[in-house]
Amino acid sequence: MRREMTAASLEATTKSSAERGALARARLLRGLLPALSLALVLLAIAWLNPRAISYFGFSLMLNLAIPIALATIAQMFVIAGNELDLSIGTFVGFVGCVTATWLKDAPLIGVLILLGSIGVYALLGALIHLRNLPSIVVTLGMSFVWQGLAILVLPKPGGKAPDWLLAFMAFKPPLVPFPIIAALLIGLIVHFGLMRTSYGVILRGSGGNPAALGRAGWSLLKTKIVLFALAGLFGVLSGMALIGITTSADANIGNGYTLLAIAGVILGGGEFVGGRVSPIGAVIGALTLALAASPLLTFMHIPPDWQVAANGAILIIVLAARVLISRRER
Amino acid sequence: MAALKPLLAKPWIWSFLGALSVWLATIAFTGGYGAGGMVTAALSLAVFTVIVGIGQMFVITLGPGNVDLSLPANIGLASAVAMKVMDGNDAMIVVGLLAALATGAAIGAANYLLIWALRIPPIIATLSASFIIQSIDISYGRGLQIKPPPGFADFANWQVLGIPVLAILTVLFTIGAAIALQRMVYGRSVLAIGQNIRAAWLAGVNVGRIRFLTYTLSGALGGIDGALLAGYFRGANVDIGNEYLLASIAVVVIGGTSVAGGKANVPGVWGAALFLVLLLTMLNTFGVSAGVRLLLTGLIIVGVITAAGGQKALR
Repeated sequence: MRREMTAASLEATTKSSAERGALARARLLRGLLPALSLALVLLAIAWLNPRAISYFGFSLMLNLAIPIALATIAQMFVIAGNELDLSIGTFVGFVGCVTATWLKDAPLIGVLILLGSIGVYALLGALIHLRNLPSIVVTLGMSFVWQGLAILVLPKPGGKAPDWLLAFMAFKPPLVPFPIIAALLIGLIVHFGLMRTSYGVILRGSGGNPAALGRAGWSLLKTKIVLFALAGLFGVLSGMALIGITTSADANIGNGYTLLAIAGVILGGGEFVGGRVSPIGAVIGALTLALAASPLLTFMHIPPDWQVAANGAILIIVLAARVLISRRER
Repeated sequence: MAALKPLLAKPWIWSFLGALSVWLATIAFTGGYGAGGMVTAALSLAVFTVIVGIGQMFVITLGPGNVDLSLPANIGLASAVAMKVMDGNDAMIVVGLLAALATGAAIGAANYLLIWALRIPPIIATLSASFIIQSIDISYGRGLQIKPPPGFADFANWQVLGIPVLAILTVLFTIGAAIALQRMVYGRSVLAIGQNIRAAWLAGVNVGRIRFLTYTLSGALGGIDGALLAGYFRGANVDIGNEYLLASIAVVVIGGTSVAGGKANVPGVWGAALFLVLLLTMLNTFGVSAGVRLLLTGLIIVGVITAAGGQKALR
């Protein structure tokens, strides 16, 4: 597959300038695809219910988009290293349970547990690299571990978010709704770290061409540990943000996030192999999913049964659009 | 001891040894009480994991990146379709089974259509498909006549001398699958594709057709599994297939099939399925809470994978 790609790019360099122009346009279109799909969903919402396009409307519709965006970023780090995390959803649930119990009652222990769980993520990265394990199976196993721990921490739905977290998530900035500011911040910070720093390039390179990177003297063990630790960190942030919004927790609260996060990364222009990911795209993908899954369907009077299908359909439509554009790239 | 050596070299022996030791640990705990009943129960439950495990095994053997994530949704929908078609009527059992089989096969074919038309990794294709199937199931399964016909429920729970009939049939089916894998053009093609897709293509294997057949097979097995589950548990529901995502992949890997593709192992699927079911029974017997049970199940799966490890990743 990769060989085909390099062959294609070789061909591209020998093409005439007119063809190169068309190629650049196709690339641009492809890069804009995530933003275009978000714009389309927003337009549809505006057309169906103009009143939703307001400060209050956005605060309400995008409320749950913050934890989804954070979980998507977590998944993106794992995908950047050519792995897949099927445990991020139950991990978010576990973090939520700790946030609603320990973090409120005994903040110091709560912080230690959360730091420890990031450490577990880093160890998983090391284990997957050292033993050359399939990340799908390891993280599927871990999803049971996190769910079990979540039930042990909080056997019955309940608990309460710490007051400072509630106050933070209820923050109402002037003019622009909080979720939009938060999404922008998350996207820009991660974009800078992963796309604009030299170690960010190494991290993406560890997914793009691990052999070359290893021969150049970089430690692949370290890159994998860093990528998984970052995934753990953003998983923790996601769980905390989620509990800051819902105010109480439940061991199953994050279960849907595993698949949503993968879908968000792919929607945002991420590729499944080769370290090709886009942090801003991932955030946009998460917003698109958050908007399309529930507000859009409600305004279209489609029963909530079809919420999950809407996610699948959007994923398929965007991927189909990508194929059409890529054909032109050839 | 020398006679044991070739046996110990088989990759599937470890999963059976694991199952045996878990069983021994449990009957040691109960003082021998319920040893036979435990085997019967384990066989009845392992059947459902084995059926989808075989489908998943063929898919995973196709090579890195090939995995069917739509099985849980597929099982859920097929169980609802089967119960609706049977409608509690003994005369409609065969028609219902065929309907479930057709539903599953259609889902598998749709999976491959997505992979082929959108040129996306199977993980994403089967994931997108599972989103849609799940919604169809929720919408279709609402207010459904969910009880199986009495004849079908009896059949799914039928035992002869403590051996579930379904388990005997599944053993026959797995023997068939092993023959298909090792002795038929189809199976050899799957193995060839998993070892080197380009070489297989150059050698004249119709790669597209074999992959299409494999995804359709996995889907069809998911469908029949859904119908049987609904019969065994006397009812269908949306979540009936949920645990089979982890189980189907785990039994393949624990059973000695290479996650890098190109090397499959049919007996190991049985050993691993028995191991997983007996493990749950053991934890239940020890009387641990739901949280501890999940925690230990997860840790043991990660532990077993780590011990088996050493192969290239699934994607």
